[in-house]
Amino acid sequence: MENLLSRYRNVTILVAVLFAQVLGLAVQVRRSPDQTSGRLIRVWAVTAITPFEKAIVWVQSDFRGMWRNYLYLRGVRQENRDLKDELDRLRLEQVRLKEDAAQARRLQALLGFKEQFISRTLAAQVIGSSGSSQSRTVYIDKGKNEGLDTGMPVITSDGVVGKIWQVYSSTSQVLLLDDQSSGVGAILETSRLQGVLRGKPSGDVILEKIMADEQVQPGEKVLTSGGDQIFPKGLAIGSVMKVSRSADSFLTIRVRPSADLSKLEEVLVITHREQKAPAVSQTNMRAADILAMRLPSVPDKPAEDPNKPGAKTAAVAEPDAGSTPKVVPPSGAPSKPDTSSATDRSPKSAVPVIAPPASKPAPPTSTPNQGKPQ
Amino acid sequence: MPITYTSNDQVEVYRFGWPVAIGVPLVAIFFQAFLPLRFHFFSTFDLPFLVTVFFAVARRNPASGLFTGSVIGLLQDCLTHQPIGLYGIALTVVGFGASSLGARIDVENVGARFLVTLFFYIVHEVVYFVVARGMVGLTLEWSWPHELGSALANALLAVALFALLDRFKRRT
Repeated sequence: MENLLSRYRNVTILVAVLFAQVLGLAVQVRRSPDQTSGRLIRVWAVTAITPFEKAIVWVQSDFRGMWRNYLYLRGVRQENRDLKDELDRLRLEQVRLKEDAAQARRLQALLGFKEQFISRTLAAQVIGSSGSSQSRTVYIDKGKNEGLDTGMPVITSDGVVGKIWQVYSSTSQVLLLDDQSSGVGAILETSRLQGVLRGKPSGDVILEKIMADEQVQPGEKVLTSGGDQIFPKGLAIGSVMKVSRSADSFLTIRVRPSADLSKLEEVLVITHREQKAPAVSQTNMRAADILAMRLPSVPDKPAEDPNKPGAKTAAVAEPDAGSTPKVVPPSGAPSKPDTSSATDRSPKSAVPVIAPPASKPAPPTSTPNQGKPQ
Repeated sequence: MPITYTSNDQVEVYRFGWPVAIGVPLVAIFFQAFLPLRFHFFSTFDLPFLVTVFFAVARRNPASGLFTGSVIGLLQDCLTHQPIGLYGIALTVVGFGASSLGARIDVENVGARFLVTLFFYIVHEVVYFVVARGMVGLTLEWSWPHELGSALANALLAVALFALLDRFKRRT
């Protein structure tokens, strides 16, 4: 027996080492949900590697900052002019968006809707990666000491990057959106279809769980749905690249991430979120008033000229002049506002009353109000 | 491209100083983690694998080769978010195979290095694929064009890298 072992010494060692590793792997796979297996050896490895990465990134960013801020200033004047023009344009857009936002807040308050606000973020620098194409993760230079925790969302100004997977004392590992073990609740911007975004081994990002009979157009934007309880709702994820039918009854939608995941330098970690009802700036308007302005209502009875019996009004065209105006209950009202027969009951509204064409069949006499609440 | 069969007495066996034996694998793992962020094409290369093959072939000792592969692989695993042991097992097999081969044939010339690296890269990927799918349940996709392309790229880099690392060799 001894001779046999010494003769096959190398093979015996190989089998022993492989057996030990397979055993360790099996234990980790069994414990994988708690993510604590092999923790110590990971800490040692990360602690040994990341200081060098931090040092190089620090030197690199210092040099780059010096070059960009003090030496390479070509085209800065032109860029400044362009930015000023863009600022003017954005100011105009802001005025319009403020109105829309105020209106949305009033409606949300009316419905008891609670919003999630990103209340605090932490900027971090990407210092390294896993070095493996099967594990799409990066390391950032902030960790437990800065208050980071597992599961925190990581974003850039372009869109979602991923979430924090492991936290060490001064570094963290971020699981990228395109890794096969990541999953993000997503919604298509215009069609409002919801699905789950997953990474593939090839690095593609696929939107799953959307039924094959739905219509999805390439180019449509994909946003976070908030359904995963990790990412706040409405963050940009990417845009639809390609739509194809898979073997099952779902669509396979390939998504191009907004953030360039292969060239990450700086990211933001969302450290705090607040959930609160939106604040409404105007408090003098009652909820009942807003509701009355929004729901379909009975139009004012037009003033009829007593000298013209059976005269038709511009606002409401009755098929039978002799009959009394018919009131349609709100439940039977059309879901989309019909501007062709809109009448405004709001005294402040400037929406004009439009007469329907004579040949058109009788429009509903009860229509939603188009006036914006002030 | 001669690959000559030589007896154990004829082949040169090299050894390395401790700083090189520890420093080179660490530098390889560091570059593997750092460079793909700056140069995305670099993710095609696998420096820890190349270093494992180099040390295994130069030492020509199967036990030493498998331990070197095992340690480098486990370190590589530590930087991923997958269970530790996937790269460990793959590089253990590569280390053992490369050193066993190195003990029997002369793999010091450029052609032999190219072919050995090409062959063991495929072995490495097959072992990783089998363990990752069979034990961990990862959904991996095997693509021959991709694997052969990566193997060729790594084999070309190996020729240049091994020539550089030859400077650290010491004859026993």
